[in-house]
Amino acid sequence: MNRIHQKLKADKKLLSIYFTAGYPNLNDTVSIIQELEQAGTDMIEIGLPFSDPLADGPTIQESSTKALKNGMTTEILFDQLKNIRKSVSIPLIIMGYFNPILQYGVKDFCKRCQEIGIDGLIIPDLPVDVYNENYKHIFESHGLINVFLITPQTSVERIHFIDSISNGFIYMVSSASVTGSQSGFGNEQTNYFKRIGSMNLKNPQIVGFGIKDHETFTQATKYTNGAIIGSEFIKFISDNPVTSISNFTKRIQP
Amino acid sequence: MSYNINEKGYYGEFGGAYIPEMLYPNVEELRQNYLKVMAEPDFKSEFDKLLKDYVGRPSPLYFAKRLSEKYNTKIYLKREDLNHTGAHKINNTIGQILIAKRLGKHRIIAETGAGQHGVATATVCALMGLECIVYMGEIDIERQAPNVARMKMLGATVIPALSGSRTLKDATNEAIRDWINNPVDTHYIIGSVVGPHPYPDMVARFQAIVSEEIQWQLQEHEGTKKPDYVVACVGGGSNAAGAYYHFLEDTDVNLIAVEAAGLGVDSGESAATSVLGKEGIIHGSKTLLMQTTDGQITEPYSISAGLDYPGVGPMHAHLYKSGRAEFISITDDQAMKAGLELCKLEGIIPAIESSHALAIFEQKTFNPNDIVVLSLSGRGDKDLDTYINYFNL
Repeated sequence: MNRIHQKLKADKKLLSIYFTAGYPNLNDTVSIIQELEQAGTDMIEIGLPFSDPLADGPTIQESSTKALKNGMTTEILFDQLKNIRKSVSIPLIIMGYFNPILQYGVKDFCKRCQEIGIDGLIIPDLPVDVYNENYKHIFESHGLINVFLITPQTSVERIHFIDSISNGFIYMVSSASVTGSQSGFGNEQTNYFKRIGSMNLKNPQIVGFGIKDHETFTQATKYTNGAIIGSEFIKFISDNPVTSISNFTKRIQP
Repeated sequence: MSYNINEKGYYGEFGGAYIPEMLYPNVEELRQNYLKVMAEPDFKSEFDKLLKDYVGRPSPLYFAKRLSEKYNTKIYLKREDLNHTGAHKINNTIGQILIAKRLGKHRIIAETGAGQHGVATATVCALMGLECIVYMGEIDIERQAPNVARMKMLGATVIPALSGSRTLKDATNEAIRDWINNPVDTHYIIGSVVGPHPYPDMVARFQAIVSEEIQWQLQEHEGTKKPDYVVACVGGGSNAAGAYYHFLEDTDVNLIAVEAAGLGVDSGESAATSVLGKEGIIHGSKTLLMQTTDGQITEPYSISAGLDYPGVGPMHAHLYKSGRAEFISITDDQAMKAGLELCKLEGIIPAIESSHALAIFEQKTFNPNDIVVLSLSGRGDKDLDTYINYFNL
C-alpha cells in the first residue's frame, strides 16, 4: 500500500510541509526532510524548482530562483534523494511544474521516483484531461499517486470528476490566489471548507495556500483531513538553521 | 493536413491549455464564449465599425516600387504601421475588450514587453472606460520610458514585474498571477498568439483582418487574391498569424516567418526560437521555447523588444515543424540596415520588428514576377532612440 494511503487512514489532522529543493543551500534537501520527519511532519512536498512558477507568489518564486542559482537540477535532486528511504518513512511527494518533467521524460521521471520511493506527484500545470489521456497509465504503473487541485471557483461537477480520477487526496486551494498571499481565513473560506467537506467525496481533502500558524491550521483542518504549509516554512528556513525546524512545527501544532 | 486549430485547441501537436486549476474557470469561461460572442451580429458590427473609424482600417496595401526595383521582384507592404497606436496590436485589443465587456468584466490586465501592446490595451480601456493594469518588467520600464508615459496618460496603472529576469516573460507571469487572484471581474488581454487555448486562436482571429484585406486589395492591384509569398516577423507571432490566416490552407501561397537572431544564432544572445527552441510548455501552451536541457526557460535577446520572447505561438510551432512556413533568422545588424534602407527608398520608418522581415530581401532571391506581401507590422517612432544610437544619427 502506498505510504500516502496509510497515512490518510490515521485518525489525525495531517501536517504537510512544502519546501523548495536546493534552498537555502543546494545540499539542504536531505537534512530538511529528516528534520521535518523528526519534528512530527506527516507528509512532505519536495519542490522541484522552476524558472517560471505561475501559481506561486513571491516567496516560493524567490526560493526557486535561488535554488536554480545554487545549481539545482532534476538529476541532482534525484541523486540527493537516492538513499532517502534508509532514513525517512513518511510519504514524500514531488511538486513541480510540467516543463522540467517533460524535458526529463515523463516515463524516466516516474521511474526514478519509484526507485527512490517517492509516493506521489503534484504538477499544477498538468491538465486533468491531458493526464488522463497520456500519462495516467505511466504514473500508475510506477506506483505514483497524482494529486489534483480544486479551488473555491471549481464547479461541483468538476469536483466530482476530479474526485473520480483521483486516488489519494484532493489538494484544496483555500482561496482564489497564488501561494503565500493570504492574510488569514474568513467566513468565505470556512464555508468553502464546510461545503467540500459535506460533498462525501471518495478522496480525503488537504488544504493548501494561506496556512501559516496554529489558528489557520486549525481552521483549515476542521472540516478536512489536513493542511499543507509552503511559503511560511520557506520564510522560516530562510532565517533559521535546519536543526531548529521543530520550533516551526511546534508553532503549528503546539 | 490542417494548419489551423482543431476542436481540442491544438495546432498539430502544439497548443492546449497547460494551466493550473486556479486559472481553469477563467480560461474555460473564455473558451466557451469567444466564438459565440464573435459570431453575434452586434459584436461584428461594433468591431468592424471601430476598426474602420477608430483604428483607420483598411490599412493600405502599398506597392513599394523602389524597393521592388532594387530586389527585382514585386513587393507589397501591408501598412499596419498606419493603424492608430502605430502597429497591428490594436486589432486584437479592440476585439478582446469587446469580448470582455460582453462577459461583464470591468477590470482589464495585460502584459507588455516594449510597451506596444500595453499602449494598445490602455488605449481601448480608455475608449471603453474600463480599469487598466499593465504588467511590465522592471528592466523594460527603464528602457521604454515613452511608452510607460503613454500608458499613464491613457489612464493605465503600470506595475513593474520584479521577479525572475524582470522582462516580458516575467510580466506575463505576473499578469497570470493577477488573474489567479482576481478570477471573477477581470479579463486578461494577452497581446500575442501565445498562452493557453483559446488565446492563440482568438488573437489570430482578431488579427485575421490583415490577410482578409490583403486578399481583396491584391485583387485590385494584381487581379489575383493570392500572393506568392507572405512575409512577417515572429516574436510571439500575432502579426504573422494575421497575415497568414486566410492563406494557411492554400499551399500555393508560401509563408515566410522571420525570427530575431540577435547577435547571431550561435552567439548565446538570440531569440531565434525555431532554431534554438525545443518542445515544451510556456505560459500555458505546448510549443517551441528556448530552455535549458533541464527545462528552465531562458532569456532571449534581440535589439527588438517586440521579438525577444523565449517562445513562439503554437500555430507557428506547427507551421515550422510541418514545413508549411519557411523560418529565417535575421541578426540585429541585418535588421537595422534593412530598416534604414526602407527609410531611404520608400520614405517609411519601420519598427525594428518589421525591419527584421524587410531584411530577408538581402538573404533570399525572389523571381521578378513573384508577388511578395510583407507585413509592415509597426512604425519606427518608438525605436528612434535605438536607431539614433545604432547609426550615430
